[in-house]
Amino acid sequence: MKLIVTFSRKAGKKPIIAQVVRDTGILINVERAMIDSSEGEALIDIPDESCTLVKERLADLGASVRVLEAGIFLDESECVDCGACITVCPQEVFWFDDDWKLQMDESKCVLCGRCIEICPHRALSQTSES
Amino acid sequence: MHKSIEEINRKIRDGSVRVVTAEEMPLIVEELGDEGALKEVDVVTTGTFGAMCSSGAFVNFGHADPPIRMERVWLNDVEAYGGIAAVDAYIGATQQSTTLEDEYGGAHVIEDFISGKSVEMRAISRGTDCYPRRTITTELLLENLNEAIMCNPRNGYQRYNAASNSTDRTLHTYMGMLLPNCGNITYSGSGLLNPISNDPQFRMIGSGVPIFLGGATGMIVGQGTQHSPASGFGTLMVTGDMKAMSGEYIRAATMKGYGVTLYVGLGVPIPITDLDMVRRTAVRDEDIEVDIIDYGVPQRSRPTLGRVNYAELKSGYIEIGGEEIRTSSLSSFRRARQVAQELKLWIETGKMEMLLPARPIDPAKAAQPMRETVQGPRVLDIMDTRVISILETEEIATAAKKLLKGETNHLPVLDDGGRLVGIVTTYDISKAVVNPAKGSRVMDIMKRKVVTTVPDEAVDIAVQKLELHNISALPVVDQERRVIGMLTAMNLGKLFGGRWLK
Repeated sequence: MKLIVTFSRKAGKKPIIAQVVRDTGILINVERAMIDSSEGEALIDIPDESCTLVKERLADLGASVRVLEAGIFLDESECVDCGACITVCPQEVFWFDDDWKLQMDESKCVLCGRCIEICPHRALSQTSES
Repeated sequence: MHKSIEEINRKIRDGSVRVVTAEEMPLIVEELGDEGALKEVDVVTTGTFGAMCSSGAFVNFGHADPPIRMERVWLNDVEAYGGIAAVDAYIGATQQSTTLEDEYGGAHVIEDFISGKSVEMRAISRGTDCYPRRTITTELLLENLNEAIMCNPRNGYQRYNAASNSTDRTLHTYMGMLLPNCGNITYSGSGLLNPISNDPQFRMIGSGVPIFLGGATGMIVGQGTQHSPASGFGTLMVTGDMKAMSGEYIRAATMKGYGVTLYVGLGVPIPITDLDMVRRTAVRDEDIEVDIIDYGVPQRSRPTLGRVNYAELKSGYIEIGGEEIRTSSLSSFRRARQVAQELKLWIETGKMEMLLPARPIDPAKAAQPMRETVQGPRVLDIMDTRVISILETEEIATAAKKLLKGETNHLPVLDDGGRLVGIVTTYDISKAVVNPAKGSRVMDIMKRKVVTTVPDEAVDIAVQKLELHNISALPVVDQERRVIGMLTAMNLGKLFGGRWLK
């Protein structure tokens, strides 16, 4: 399961993700992070069963946490199954099936946006989180 | 045994013709042998669907009242070539919109016309006695055009070299996004389904031969531009009626950082008249080899990273130097298959008959590079040969003095052997004054990763380096890394008003 963790750094530079890993023993995979001088946002991947615990612990440490609901959307009427997205994706979200039709596993996506940017046919977009 | 075209056409008319795709042919030949396959198969259909930049269409708008002799024409803000008669124009696929740039181009105009959308046409003229009108603006549908004749100067490349990138930055090319440090390999073309790869001697492919083009019946005009079958890169010039085409097989696209292009579905039927044609059309992906080209080197002859065949490219991974690199296509093999399948159906149902080429295509031609009579400016033509440098062991204060005295902002730093090891700028010195803890010698504050150029590098390439790294000077080094000049933004001023802009 993927969570988006946002935190303010005004209260000090606390290593909150490391703290949660140490306290709970749950291995957290940071897939994407953007941190500047005042705030930060990290996309983390955790085992589904530890979701509640990790969310609680992160919240205790002052971070706000929400489950990532956005994903990548493939418009099949625009896609021509060219495959330009396949190797630019760092998460191996896309592949061809036996009929050379493009397949995707949205759950692997970390919303880096590369495929959206390079799709020659503008067939990929980000679904909204609402 | 020999089968004539007339015999094949008789079979098409009486419905007994046996058509297979070029993908099915290798297996049939393996099972039945050459003789058996010749008896069994009458036509092999090929197909490809990929980016074909050298595409476009001639359109005729009909005459307005009062009439205008259009000199410049725009279709949805994309300029079409208007230098052909009063109301004719050629809309080229890669021409970009004057307002939307690479978001929209000639390829999109073609796609919009085909999908039934309305396109705004604007034109201007000087006005003449016979054509007094000076401006016109109107909305047009494909059905409002007298003719919309697709005519693509270079389509259906026999094969295409794969692409990778050995540099440490991401490149955006017409071969897609190339990740740094050979992070991926991209390729194009349908391999064993490719038309010319199934008839490399051009025995059945030539002028007048009917084809599948964008979902409509088209025709081969003749050899394409840059046709170079001597090295395995034959091309075709093709034409077809845009009014009969389908959005399924003509798609506009934008390659990020490169521009607009058109994805074209093209298929050629190959009559199987003798054993030679049986063997040619039995070609497999394993038999079609291409080079992997390093797009990191900005020259016409780019270095090769290896040689691979289409079976390897299609497998998804290629090993180079012990490392597995992922491959991905830019053309669609799925649609290439659909092209070959549909063409097969056309022939089986009698919609298309076979014709021998009315005029052959040269199977041995080699394309030439451009003859350049005026060499573009090189770094040595405009570089500053007065070089003020400093040794890495010297004091920062000495560097500051040199910078002031030399009235420059960049000081190349040398080791005691006179070789370039770093660079300091006035900014670095200011930082050192504010934060003196780093040390007192030049080597303590210099930047060690120096972007350099060489004397015979084209100025355009050097300018690209300046832009890319957001810097304003490049040390010019010789083979021993000795600094023989500096190229700064100021030197570039020499290009203006000088002999290079004549």
